[in-house]
Amino acid sequence: MRMQSATRLALFLLLAPIVLWLALLVILPHVDMFMVSMRERVGIRQYEYSFANYVEFFVEPLYWRTFARTAIMSIIATVMTLLIGFPVSYYIAKMLRGRMKNFLFLLCLVPFWVSELVRTFGWMILLRESGVISNLMQWMGLVSGPVEMLYNDATIMVGFIYTSMLFMVVPLVSTLDSLDDSLVEAGYDLGGNAFTVLRTIIIPHAMPGIVSGCIVVFMLTLGNYLTPVLLGGKDSLWFTEQIYTQFITRFNWEQGAAFGFLLLGLSSLIVWAGLRLSRQTLSQTMG
Amino acid sequence: MIPSIPQPKSFRVAYGAYVALFFIYLVLPLGVVAVFAFNDSMFPSLPWGGFTLDWFFNDTQPRLGLFHDPRLLSSIWTSFFIACWVTGLSVAVGLTNAFLFERQDFPLKNVLYMVMLLPLVIPGVILGVSILVFSSTIAAFLETNFGLDVFFLRPSKFLVILGQFSFIATITTLVIAARLRKFDIALEEAAQTLGASKLVAVWTVTIPYLKPALIGAAIVSFLMSFENFNTTLMLVGSDQPLTIAMYGRLREGSTPELNALSLLLMVGAGALALISVFVQRDKP
Amino acid sequence: MTDATDESELYDLECRNLVRTFGAFIAVDDVSFGVPRGDFFSILGPSGCGKTTILRMMAGFDRPTSGDILIKGKSVVDVPPNRRPVNMVFQQLALFPMMTVAENIAYGLVRKGLNKTDIADKVKSALGRIGLPTSGGKSIKQLSGGQQQRVAIARCLVLEPAALLLDEPLGALDLKLREHMKVELKKMQDQFGTTFVYITHDQSEALVMSNHVAVMNKGRFEQIGSPQDLYYHPDTAFVAGFVGDTNRWHGRVESADASGVKVVSADGVNLIATAAGKTPLVQGGEVDIFVRPESVVIATGEERVSGMENRIEGDLVSILFNGANSRALIRDRHTGGELDVALPQTGEFSHLKRGQAVHLGWGKAQAKAFAADARRDQGVGT
Repeated sequence: MRMQSATRLALFLLLAPIVLWLALLVILPHVDMFMVSMRERVGIRQYEYSFANYVEFFVEPLYWRTFARTAIMSIIATVMTLLIGFPVSYYIAKMLRGRMKNFLFLLCLVPFWVSELVRTFGWMILLRESGVISNLMQWMGLVSGPVEMLYNDATIMVGFIYTSMLFMVVPLVSTLDSLDDSLVEAGYDLGGNAFTVLRTIIIPHAMPGIVSGCIVVFMLTLGNYLTPVLLGGKDSLWFTEQIYTQFITRFNWEQGAAFGFLLLGLSSLIVWAGLRLSRQTLSQTMG
Repeated sequence: MIPSIPQPKSFRVAYGAYVALFFIYLVLPLGVVAVFAFNDSMFPSLPWGGFTLDWFFNDTQPRLGLFHDPRLLSSIWTSFFIACWVTGLSVAVGLTNAFLFERQDFPLKNVLYMVMLLPLVIPGVILGVSILVFSSTIAAFLETNFGLDVFFLRPSKFLVILGQFSFIATITTLVIAARLRKFDIALEEAAQTLGASKLVAVWTVTIPYLKPALIGAAIVSFLMSFENFNTTLMLVGSDQPLTIAMYGRLREGSTPELNALSLLLMVGAGALALISVFVQRDKP
Repeated sequence: MTDATDESELYDLECRNLVRTFGAFIAVDDVSFGVPRGDFFSILGPSGCGKTTILRMMAGFDRPTSGDILIKGKSVVDVPPNRRPVNMVFQQLALFPMMTVAENIAYGLVRKGLNKTDIADKVKSALGRIGLPTSGGKSIKQLSGGQQQRVAIARCLVLEPAALLLDEPLGALDLKLREHMKVELKKMQDQFGTTFVYITHDQSEALVMSNHVAVMNKGRFEQIGSPQDLYYHPDTAFVAGFVGDTNRWHGRVESADASGVKVVSADGVNLIATAAGKTPLVQGGEVDIFVRPESVVIATGEERVSGMENRIEGDLVSILFNGANSRALIRDRHTGGELDVALPQTGEFSHLKRGQAVHLGWGKAQAKAFAADARRDQGVGT
């Protein structure tokens, strides 16, 4: 029938771009990268399939220490972002009304609109030895000489939290916003106090927002490159830096590809575990 | 813990102070970047050397202003070129994807949807290197088998566009599909009973309805492309986009020219943000 | 209705042996009917009965599994919706929110390729006719519900369609506006002289506005007739139960002859009724008996009802006061069953107290007995 063939044609026309996009730019590149990670250079332009690149990762302590450090710091950054962001999100969603609410919410979006480079630059101006805070502390007489606040883990953490905050606050505000005030009132009315209401009503309601915020923040921190390099300096030991070094500086693509897959595996594993623990699905939290 | 439930004053004050502190934390780094754009000194740091517009307009070294720095200006142009392509491609593909996922049914639709979400959870650095690896595989294949040297498969603007497009298209798809989901299909049917063919109905009714989402998606794509660093870093060729050029200067240590540039970016991004908020708010 | 081919030119719209199945489910089951020129034709039925499917097949959004649809005598089954000379008014109206009122009305005219001045003239005259001469530049959101309704209809009528299909367009309005729009719709139909096919689950909408009503249940037409026919001479138990309010008993036939049907109800009441419907009643067969609230005479003393074939003693449960439509809820003293009884408008019973004893009576002509159809027995409301 004519109408049916027309709908078929429409389906194929709509499928074409997405299939091209996902096949050529996402799936095949990763398959190819996996193949590269599985080969070992045995001579000039001579390769053999082996796990050598993965073995290398476990043998060389620098690599797996960097890897573990990246994972642990990303988790800490995610938890801290949640702890700092939740009260603020709650304040915006439930304590404020009207214009002030909209204004503060938009203010939270500011870091998204401004390049990560500019944000990091701001922290460098504030924290470096000749920076604003160091000068301020000298002027106030708290310290006698310049203080270097860059190039340590606390600074990297500040940068991570700053960069990620928006991705935590936005889902939290929107889920908390959908919590009916009367539920909180009912909680108090039935004898709850601030703590029990928070634990039994507010947090369960906000759970989808918490999960999606945490996943996005975790992924962004894990894959971050600028913040550890610029705020952490040469010895910041971040895994994406390792990947960059292998690919661009050492031109050892086989090793770099293996590192890429290890990072991908780690992130999938932790996201999967997070989803399982909170009983959510990926399309729920992303879509 | 909502306004209708009384809380001790001390709690309210402490809570308010915490939130205020948070917003200071949020604004402070951007504030100092902006302020030092006007510092009459070779370094973007204290002491404050007085107010100057040199970092925007001066035309001689060593105090070269932003608008007379050919290297920065050309990298702005490169970024603009890339962002326009990425925006066009991402919005177009986002639109077709939205219709695909909201209007069509086919086997493995959910699987395709999950795959479509993947670029959001793959770190940008890895997206970048995987495309780098794959394109060089193709280039090597073409060279050994056909003797072709396909220059655009080497790190270049072309690869940067593809790399950025590969994850920005997911975002535009989500934005446009969310709006299409709210569209009442009866509107299209109404257009059809009034004499419009299916395509005309989509063009005259559905697309105008999607306009706020299309504009919003375009603005987000443009900014994400303009400001992307991670994926770009892996694919960049000889034409440096702005973020790569800025990164280089940041590592060298820079004059307040960089602050001037940052301020310009903030103003530009702010203007786009306002447009997008305005467009999305006025939903019919 | 008839399916004679030579009469088809009389009909603006005709369906012949229409069937639509979704897998094993039969949504529309062999339906045939014709809508005469200028008619206000309603399809009345509970939700899920298949009426929307019929309308969507007529508009072209769905394809019959078998059977034919004719508009002005020509089959349109293979014609896409935009080429069919019928227009549809949607349940939620489907006015285009991003266009002004005038642009909405002009939409179909632009698609026809009329020139700009003609379009402007037609839009202006349509706006005048629906009483919104100055609202052309307004956005849809600035109009009230009733005004939106009129724009949705005018948008179709400017195209001078062979028939206008209306999909419960009053459903979204509040009660008061709905009452008003019933009258308004009827007036518009008279004014434009266009054939209307109206589907609804609200019997009062169908009865008030239509020339003909088809009562539909589970994919089939139970009866087609004038509103009066349906109300006073229902063909089936379903129609008797669905059109208008009614009291209902289920029982078994004791005896059936020309003088009437004697029935013992399931809860033990003896009733005398008139046989109705197409299926003959036999002794021992199951029947449903319907008595309208206004057919029941209510009295405080026994004398008023003594001459009637059916009598019941009961106690007043409550008075449901609603002006001229006030009712009394009476509990049968012997069986505990409840009856709905219309109160005379004289107000003579407004003083009745809860628990007070009353006598009820009605003639056998007012009680209609239908053979209970095992297949279709479910879903009949009271």
